[in-house]
Amino acid sequence: MSRPVRFNIHPIQANINDAVAVAEAPQGYSGEGFFTSKLSDVVGLARKNSMWPLPFATSCCGIEFMATMGSHYDLARFGSERVGFSPRQCDLLMVMGTIAKKMGPVLRQVYLQMAEPRWVMAVGACASSGGIFDTYSVLQGIDQIIPVDVYVPGCPPRPEAILDGILKVQELIGQESIRRRNSEQYTALMNGYGIE
Amino acid sequence: MMGLTNEIIKQRLTEKFGEAIFHFDESYGMLSFEAAKENNLKVLQFLFDDEVLNFRFLTDLCAVNYPDLAGRELAVVYHLHNLQENIRIRFKVFTSIAEPDVFTASKLYAAANWMERETFDFYGVNFTGHPNLKRILNVDEMDYFPMRKEYPLEDQTRVDKDDEMFGRG
Repeated sequence: MSRPVRFNIHPIQANINDAVAVAEAPQGYSGEGFFTSKLSDVVGLARKNSMWPLPFATSCCGIEFMATMGSHYDLARFGSERVGFSPRQCDLLMVMGTIAKKMGPVLRQVYLQMAEPRWVMAVGACASSGGIFDTYSVLQGIDQIIPVDVYVPGCPPRPEAILDGILKVQELIGQESIRRRNSEQYTALMNGYGIE
Repeated sequence: MMGLTNEIIKQRLTEKFGEAIFHFDESYGMLSFEAAKENNLKVLQFLFDDEVLNFRFLTDLCAVNYPDLAGRELAVVYHLHNLQENIRIRFKVFTSIAEPDVFTASKLYAAANWMERETFDFYGVNFTGHPNLKRILNVDEMDYFPMRKEYPLEDQTRVDKDDEMFGRG
């Protein structure tokens, strides 16, 4: 018996938009040869699609982050492939794992060394709330010492959850007014943490 | 030199110290005994120097809190090892929690330096004569000794957990 040979007689033509997410242009008014928009939107678009994360990985959530950075989940798709290990050059502090009280001042110093604008993501139950370590030696959530923008729940969260957190941070960054960091509310927030 | 046994150790200690060493016990084959806390260095020095006993290695040093034993709430336990005969003993001194002063063994065993700092850190045993008695594992600002059995399982006055998140709001 001859082997049946099948042909794909209705091939789907490749569409580049299926595979590649193209950032939408900000709202604005365009005419022939010009485009007007808000500076905030343009800056936000640039910032959110080229984040430099600073991983502060202390335990198992850090392992999940390594998977997130790997080829399968590939954080690079979201413009964050450039993981920096120097606080000065990074925009996003990713705290992944249990922070002991003795580690608190170190984490705070890393945050203070980052240049504005900076964002913080607490990955996992421990970084968000102390998690199962309801004890004398563990910081009960990093928001005790530094302000946090996005919390990722899970113990540890799967890479998809970390990616979701990254998308939430991007949302925040894209919508942020360029005046926010100079506002009174922001100064009050920082003063609430004893910064400046 | 072979053949050091618990019996020989016990006999040797009794010859030297008489009634000053008491509460001999052999749990799971390991000899343990007690002395008054004023005598801890004398006993340790003898265990170290004696040509038969030769306990030159301090395996571990820790404290135990017995809140029900009035006047002897804290026990400081020395785990000693004779490396030549491969035999181990436990030596305990008890102190009251109100005045937890015990002479430091760090002059005799260098290993005792950090172990005593840890014991101070967690139990508040004040090792008199220690060269650098400060916290080693916990934050310096801590103003209590966390391993003492004087805390309720859940402290209701805590502010660092948001009760509503845990269904006890």
